[in-house]
Amino acid sequence: MLQLKKISGAWFFFILIVTLYLFLFFVNPSLCISSLIFFRQILIKIIPIFLLVWFLMVIANYFITPKFVFKYFDKKSANKWFFAIIGGILSEGPIYIWYPLLADLKKKGLDYGFVACFLYNRAIKLPILPAAIYYFGWKYILILAIIMIIASIGQGIIISRIIKE
Amino acid sequence: MKKAIIKATESLGKVLPLILGTILLVSLLTIIIPESFYTRFFNKNIIFDSFIGSISAGTPIISYILGGEMLKQGISLIAVTTFLVTWVTVGFIQIPTESIALGRKFAILRNLSAFVLSIIVAFTTVLILNIV
Repeated sequence: MLQLKKISGAWFFFILIVTLYLFLFFVNPSLCISSLIFFRQILIKIIPIFLLVWFLMVIANYFITPKFVFKYFDKKSANKWFFAIIGGILSEGPIYIWYPLLADLKKKGLDYGFVACFLYNRAIKLPILPAAIYYFGWKYILILAIIMIIASIGQGIIISRIIKE
Repeated sequence: MKKAIIKATESLGKVLPLILGTILLVSLLTIIIPESFYTRFFNKNIIFDSFIGSISAGTPIISYILGGEMLKQGISLIAVTTFLVTWVTVGFIQIPTESIALGRKFAILRNLSAFVLSIIVAFTTVLILNIV
């Protein structure tokens, strides 16, 4: 499963941010409280996504083994990009919530290129399409989405070639 | 299945401080940086505009709303598109978190390549839009 090499770094980062908030509480309490209220709003929104990620990780741990990853994401398979693209588009919530699952799949043998492709396609969000089309028109959004999907594959190939393990 | 549940819980528990820390940081930046900041500071320079998009910390829908307003103010569609694309594909403030989870080299390379790609995507999109 996921083993973060710099786990102490994670706590250091958290403590640093909490210290910043404590400092802010004495210097500018209203800003601190406003930020905490916003933090609470985000937290409430991401809890269901967090549970979804946890569920997917359980499934991944149960079914997806390194052998499975190598089988379905091998170098000859074209479906690998399709899964990365669709997965990225359909994934919800903030990007950092998906890091554990991706790190886990990475450890099981998933190529960095697919991770990059997945992350890039997270930019195409179906729920915001109505607003996007309202402001920019369906033609612009359609072209942008297609170009971004192509770019995601390009980025995946580049990263895969640069970071070889 | 029990083993899978325990492993998943442990994994998420390990990154919980990272996730909470990032949300706290994003919350603070979102409060500090008002939406008007972005529209005021755009200077029609593609590189600069895409950099603003890269350091922005809001939800994607905000970028489209801001982008729509920027278009009304006469900012070019290419500059607005680079801003939109970098907003959603590049996350400079999340690099520390991404580095810890997926590796520093990957995080830097991914964000830098996404930054460069945003300009290419913007030019290509507008070019095709003008042709179609």
